Amino acid sequence: MKSKSSRIYYYMIIPAVVLFFTFHTYPALQGIFYSFTDSKGYGTYDFIGLKNYINLFKDGRVLNAYFFTFKFSVISTILVNVISLILAIALNSRIIFQKLLKSIYFLPLVLSVLIIGYIFNYIFTYLIPDAGKAIGIEVLSKSILGNPELAWIGIVFVAVWQACAFNTIIYLAGLQTIPVDLYEAANIDGASGWQQFRYITFVLIAPFFTVNMVLAMKNFLMVFAHVVALTGGGPGRATESISLLIYDGGFNGAEFAYQSANAVIYFFVILIISIIQINFLQKREINL
Amino acid sequence: MQKSKVNWGASIFLILGSIMILFPLYITIVIALKNPQEIAQSVLSLPKKLHFENFIIAIKMTRFFRSFTNSFIITVSGVALTILTNSMVAYAIARNMHKKFFKFLYFYFVSALFIPFAIIMLPIVKQTSAMGIDNKWGLIFLYIVYGLAFNIFLYVAYIKSIPISLEEAAILDGCNVWQVFWKIIFPLMAPINSAVMVLSTLWLWNDFLLPLVLLSKRDDMTLQLVQYVFQSQFRTDYNLAFASYLMAMAPLVIIYTVAQKWVVSGITKGAIK
Repeated sequence: MKSKSSRIYYYMIIPAVVLFFTFHTYPALQGIFYSFTDSKGYGTYDFIGLKNYINLFKDGRVLNAYFFTFKFSVISTILVNVISLILAIALNSRIIFQKLLKSIYFLPLVLSVLIIGYIFNYIFTYLIPDAGKAIGIEVLSKSILGNPELAWIGIVFVAVWQACAFNTIIYLAGLQTIPVDLYEAANIDGASGWQQFRYITFVLIAPFFTVNMVLAMKNFLMVFAHVVALTGGGPGRATESISLLIYDGGFNGAEFAYQSANAVIYFFVILIISIIQINFLQKREINL
Repeated sequence: MQKSKVNWGASIFLILGSIMILFPLYITIVIALKNPQEIAQSVLSLPKKLHFENFIIAIKMTRFFRSFTNSFIITVSGVALTILTNSMVAYAIARNMHKKFFKFLYFYFVSALFIPFAIIMLPIVKQTSAMGIDNKWGLIFLYIVYGLAFNIFLYVAYIKSIPISLEEAAILDGCNVWQVFWKIIFPLMAPINSAVMVLSTLWLWNDFLLPLVLLSKRDDMTLQLVQYVFQSQFRTDYNLAFASYLMAMAPLVIIYTVAQKWVVSGITKGAIK
């Protein structure tokens, strides 16, 4: 009887393991394997050792993609978390139209990044320059997406616009776990609004802060659809993200092996950043 | 507790801030309802006449109903099968975590969360086209398999909170593990199933990258992919493009409007486990 029941557990899980290995682990291993070759994705190939890896570090296009992706991810992560926390605190206070305002602020959650990107593409290309000309502000009178120095700001804007909904929901859930009498006690002790935020709110939502920071950073490091919809990586290659570079080089540039090596590096980068973040933020949770 | 004291500062801040969210949506709706001359005159004004024919032209141009059907089939069957299979796998793992093999599998699945799709992207495209599953059925299948990593993480945490004594009693009554899962455990998992349902629906409906690399035939295109493919054909016909965007966003917006509480609680449960 005992052995029969444990056999059913194996039936439940073996197909999933086999399929997951075949369609996730195996292609990942293949990617690593090909990164040591000169394969174009078709035809024959030779082993070339670490040559792809060495070339990656000398490739301006690759370094540029890493620089853009880091800049984009760090700035977007900070902005999303600051804005979401402010929104969550405001939405959690006694406000009028609370239900309606929550529905509005959470709405971007269900909208697709690609389509939002196309809509903002139109706004940045036509509406803002028109408004800029009308008011006579020089910087705004041309599309920022066409400016290699400024295009990344447009992508950050759309990313933050879309991601705040998710993060606000999480912070709001965090705020609701804080007992109200803590604030009442702090009020009696004469703590200021800032002190209450710093020593009660910010301390008690620490686990939620960790979740939001780690998830936001990880998602932004993988940015793809935002860039496709807003700039296509341009102007020139000013806003080419790592994912877009791997996609474009791998499928359109016959750089299958080379971009596989890039993807391996990218994997380690994401892994290391996530581990550092989790360690750092969890230490903070304990120390507080 | 003073209940009546309204925080006017926060209220006004939020009301003004909501313009940031509503403005792009307002633009989308009014442009979708104007003709090009009206757009040229003024983008921001309300349309003088509602040009619903924009929607009809966009539907014909992008073959909307075909891609809508694809997205619908992919999302509904993908989400349903994800819940049925992933919960079962997680159950087997959760109840055997004391065994080394199952503990290893738990970490095997969950560690995949840190593997970026980019490293799999190039080989999986070769593999799926060699296997002849570079179509919507293959896409559904991959969503179910790739969902395992995150869903096992969610489900295992939840199943651990269900007391095991229920199952022991059922086993004594002569149920096998299979029956115990489907008759007792699966119904108890309703809250976490609904979280998985919300998160998977958002992912499958709005995903762009996997359909982009995997689908090779036009007949299999999803709604998201259609917006991308038609971007060059819309050219300056922004009224048609925006009508098309609205129709692609509408299904989830409608679900969100009628079931906002359910969507938000699904997100909350999914993220805080």
